[in-house]
Amino acid sequence: MLEITNLVKRYGRNDPVLKGLNLSVDGSSVVSIVGASGAGKSTMLRCINRLVEPTSGSIKLNGHELVNLRGSELRHSRRRIGMVFQGFNLIDRLTVMENVLSGRLGYVSFFQALTRRFPQTDINRAFNLMERVGIAHYANKRADQLSGGERQRVAVVRALMQEPEILLADEPTASLDPKTSQQIMRLLQTLASEMSLPVLINIHNVTQARMYTDRIVGMRHGQMIFDGAPKDFNQDALDAIYGGIESPEEDSGEPQHQTAQEALA
Amino acid sequence: MTPVRTATDASSGRVWKKPPFIANPWVRYGLVAITLVYLYWAFSTLPFNWERIAEGMPRALRIFGGAFPPSFERAGLLWTGFKESFQIAFLSTLLGVFLSVPIAVMAARNVAPLPVYLLGRTIIIVSRSFHPVIVAILFVAAVGFGPLAGILTLTLYSIGFVAKLLAEEIEEIDWGQVEAMRSVGAGYLKMLIYGVFPQIMPRQIGLSMYQLDSNLRASAVVGIVGAGGIGGTLMNAFGRYDYDFAFAILLMIIGIILVSEGISGWVRKKVW
Repeated sequence: MLEITNLVKRYGRNDPVLKGLNLSVDGSSVVSIVGASGAGKSTMLRCINRLVEPTSGSIKLNGHELVNLRGSELRHSRRRIGMVFQGFNLIDRLTVMENVLSGRLGYVSFFQALTRRFPQTDINRAFNLMERVGIAHYANKRADQLSGGERQRVAVVRALMQEPEILLADEPTASLDPKTSQQIMRLLQTLASEMSLPVLINIHNVTQARMYTDRIVGMRHGQMIFDGAPKDFNQDALDAIYGGIESPEEDSGEPQHQTAQEALA
Repeated sequence: MTPVRTATDASSGRVWKKPPFIANPWVRYGLVAITLVYLYWAFSTLPFNWERIAEGMPRALRIFGGAFPPSFERAGLLWTGFKESFQIAFLSTLLGVFLSVPIAVMAARNVAPLPVYLLGRTIIIVSRSFHPVIVAILFVAAVGFGPLAGILTLTLYSIGFVAKLLAEEIEEIDWGQVEAMRSVGAGYLKMLIYGVFPQIMPRQIGLSMYQLDSNLRASAVVGIVGAGGIGGTLMNAFGRYDYDFAFAILLMIIGIILVSEGISGWVRKKVW
């Protein structure tokens, strides 16, 4: 159960990026967060595992307060929060297996990490998960030799190695082709229900958000302006989230819902 | 669209010239004038003694004449000198590269806090400020003649060079990989080992190979001031007017540098 209350994030003296955000996610629901670039989706996700320091507010994961944690307490909480990135962020020059096992770095000793002597249970878990997503035969290949979809699978497995209580995905499909991105979305959906894991996905593709998630949260200017089931996510909601946002390529004379419809496509 | 464009093209034959490197004409021509005046002054005041230069020419020719043909008679001495030079170069590279890793981490702004960063930069600046020959003179005075002075000198020299370039490499890594390691809950050292070192490893190996090369060359030079190796042998050969032996040493140095450049180039290409 994740509870975000009154979350504010401000960079320097600028306008806050997040203006008192409230969100709670429970059980094994897959939640997609949609919104234009700069709406604060990524900042919110990064506040949860503290890659970004929140300015104020509270974030609780299963009752534990995450804001204001320091040092080893922070690292111990991060172990329980898996994250998947848009650019995969794999260690390119290491093997797939090393990348997968790096999900255990929060649990093993420094010496084990240095010499790659991970516990047998970790290695078993790694093989099982890699077989589950179909990349076990790549175990000894260098991560940068894999295709985009395969690399994102490695990243998902790395996050699952953490035995996470929640999975964060920051635009996990934005660097992938349409077919591969659907596969990754389906994978996230099924993994969430198999492991009864709540998943938060930042996503630009509204069609995929509707298809693969249980709940859609719409953000604009650092505030939540839609929260509901995919079937309730209608044209009005879409206009509210994307409408009126000027894109520099287009002339200003065009009707505003045009932009919203492009987001649908 | 098209007819309009051709009409404008025909009406005005527009010219284009590359804008000058320095926009202000006063500054531009002023700099040229200052350079010319300085050169005239420098040449007119430096004590060139043309008579002595004229006298020296035949002597130079005699020396070069004496160097032909190079003599490899004292191959034993040549071999001992080179062996020592190579040992100095190899040990100092190993030591220097090993020490330069932590110093590079200290001197990289993105992974080190400000006070540590300043300390790291200071170490690099200090070890870079003197030419190895000057450092060698200091170390020979401190620990006496011989290879130890050479090893210390070249270690310091390696730290200055390798740590500086490695620090710059660390500052340019893909931060996403570091973020990923932070997000799994890895501490600082594990983050370095997984998120940073794999990214700089090819550069590190390339720099080490280059430094071995460079130290081999420099070990010949620091030998001249008494820090061991082939440089000392070369100096003795000159002192005893054994120009043919000196020439043989120089040829050997060229040969060895060529071989080591070839090897290091091949290795660097392989590890990328």
